[in-house]
Amino acid sequence: MGKILMISPEKCASCRNCELACSFAHEDVFNPAKSRVHALIWERLGLGVPLMCMHCEDAPCMEVCPTGALGRDTQTNGVLWDKQKCIGCKLCVSACPFGNASYDVETKRVLKCDLCQGDPACAKVCPNKAIEYKEADEGVLAKKALYAAKFKKVFEEVE
Amino acid sequence: MTNSYQNKLLRVNLTTGKISTEAVNQEYAREYIGGRGLGTKMYCEEVGPNIDPLSPANNMYIMSGPLTGTGAPSTGRWMVITRGPLTGTIACSNSGGEFGAEMKYAGYDGIILEGKSEKPVYLWIENDQAVLRDASHIWGKEVPETTDLMRAETSERAKVACIGPAGENLCKFACIMNELNRAAGRTGVGAVMGSKNLKAIVVKGNKPVHVPNKEKFMEAIIEATQTLNANPVTGAGLKAYGTQILINILNQSNGLPVHNFRESGTVELADKTSGEYMIEHKNLVRNKGCFSCVIGCGRVTRTFKPYEAFGEGPEYEAGWAFGADCDIYDIDAICQANFRCNELGLDTISMPTTIACAMELYEYGYLPKEDAGCDLSFGNAAILKELVEKTAYRQGIGDLLAEGSYRLAEHYGHPELSMSVKKQEMPAYEPRTLQGIGLSYATSNRGGCHVRGYMTSPEILGIPEKIDPAVIEGKAAYCKLFQDLTAAVDSAGFCLFTTFGIGGDIIAKVLSAGTGYDYSVEELLKCGERIWNMERLFNMACGFTGADDTLPTRILKEPQKNGAYKGSVSRLPEMLPEYYELRGWSPAGVPTETKITELNLKQM
Repeated sequence: MGKILMISPEKCASCRNCELACSFAHEDVFNPAKSRVHALIWERLGLGVPLMCMHCEDAPCMEVCPTGALGRDTQTNGVLWDKQKCIGCKLCVSACPFGNASYDVETKRVLKCDLCQGDPACAKVCPNKAIEYKEADEGVLAKKALYAAKFKKVFEEVE
Repeated sequence: MTNSYQNKLLRVNLTTGKISTEAVNQEYAREYIGGRGLGTKMYCEEVGPNIDPLSPANNMYIMSGPLTGTGAPSTGRWMVITRGPLTGTIACSNSGGEFGAEMKYAGYDGIILEGKSEKPVYLWIENDQAVLRDASHIWGKEVPETTDLMRAETSERAKVACIGPAGENLCKFACIMNELNRAAGRTGVGAVMGSKNLKAIVVKGNKPVHVPNKEKFMEAIIEATQTLNANPVTGAGLKAYGTQILINILNQSNGLPVHNFRESGTVELADKTSGEYMIEHKNLVRNKGCFSCVIGCGRVTRTFKPYEAFGEGPEYEAGWAFGADCDIYDIDAICQANFRCNELGLDTISMPTTIACAMELYEYGYLPKEDAGCDLSFGNAAILKELVEKTAYRQGIGDLLAEGSYRLAEHYGHPELSMSVKKQEMPAYEPRTLQGIGLSYATSNRGGCHVRGYMTSPEILGIPEKIDPAVIEGKAAYCKLFQDLTAAVDSAGFCLFTTFGIGGDIIAKVLSAGTGYDYSVEELLKCGERIWNMERLFNMACGFTGADDTLPTRILKEPQKNGAYKGSVSRLPEMLPEYYELRGWSPAGVPTETKITELNLKQM
């Protein structure tokens, strides 16, 4: 199995440390506008949802790219953007169903998550583990266990 | 030099509509750091002491710290420096939220507001573009609706700092809110904004904040973050329970004032208002952090019938003030009143403590029933929401409540029943139990306040070491140290809560890595001392003297009635001379020429 970025919005405290870490790792500055991850915040509900490239298996950005500037990384299984091949058509930005690829007009680059070569800065700094980088089965198992606990509780009550 | 300042200030004259920019004086930045220090420095140079806080002659300095907007942990703070209408002292009110960081991303370390607009306006800033726009249609709206309308008119991603009806109606403890629930809460800075006919500042930016050396900065913030995470208070306690964790701690330490400070100590029912109880009672929905915060002490909360509502908070001081101080132990009623304060833009400490004062005046018959318009008895949870609303709109008794407890009690002939220092209400820590906090309240440059030298830290929490709250030995030195450190921490943009986990050494290291200036711990504290003395000199120029460094008669003369500290009073008169001496002030509390010169300050 390989590692994936797991998002748990229920744990997000809306602090946006992920955006700060991402922009610092990639741009050497602190600037949420240049971050590849964004925590979308619903203030009225006190809710935050961190979103970044999901590195889809059937990635629409890869399919739509006319020059093969978006490709699969064999090491991390992530979808990576290649500056050399990119012609700046921005079709990937349109194709992403989540809005997780954006275009930096200033520097003429596609801004999308590259998994930090297998050590994502956002997951490292998240104080609440709302973003984690872990084995796919591990991440899912934790959620399963949480749900299974509900069954356990039901049966315990019956007994 | 590239550093974490944007090196730019926006100056807005509301009278003439003129908007301009200017550079930050880097000499001042080095000596006063930023935020509170730099803002106060500019205030003192540009505005004299002889002005009415609510007149157009008063300026407001909306300042970030040099670390605001960086990834340094819990540094999203911004603050408002002006002269406050509640106390008449220098007022610096500090807030979390996201507004400060967004101001940095728009390219500004601060915004200076001068004069008074003829009509209600709001300020819309998008990077280099700043305009004043008509706000007539928003005037009168509460904070949540104002925030929504502002975003609809500007950008959904904009950050909004605004006043509610309380600020418009010049309530003396109105605040400036941002991101709905975060407040520049104390000293009435919202009334100053209201007096300028400025409803909101809306900001959006996409500029970077730089640091001089990536590796060095990274190293410093990793050390700070890891230390905060490993600390039981910042890494666990505040995360799990918020500041409301203090209810039970203070209650068990006989430090929880009840009935407007008439009694104090241990109250059986107080547990029903604690952070622990809020989880058990399902009030807590989740925790929330301000921008760049690794602690996340904020509480997203809900309440149940008959006080059904949704919002954030309360903080410990508000939970105590609406709670034990009013002899109310219904957490739903307390939360709901707290939510209404946030929506209307009222300080959640001065509002409920003023209610507690009104309740005592009512009990003795000094505040007549016909004036009260409701049953103002201690313990009446059902009237809290109504009183908060009446205050914001200055209706009925609310018109007097909006003046704060001192002016309220004075109106009814009993100013001694106002539990305030320099007319600002004291928060949730009994000075007859915690001798050090009494000294801190009495000498605070913005009146009764716990975040100008949090003596609860050593006296109750044992940080950095446990000292007996009842003794007075060593308290003056601690108080001075905490006041100076806090002034520096505030100015840097750090949240004060980080000091539970990290000391001056780590703070100096992070600040140095961000600013590129090499701050030692000694220099950091020297900056803090400089800021403290500057605030003091300004207050003295406004007519305050050492005689104002005092506490309510009740705290100095009436012995505690019960608990482990039964019989004790505040020993402030014994601590004050030592404190003045350590500060290098005269026996009358005046900074000496030697001290002024040493700190590179000027007589005002």
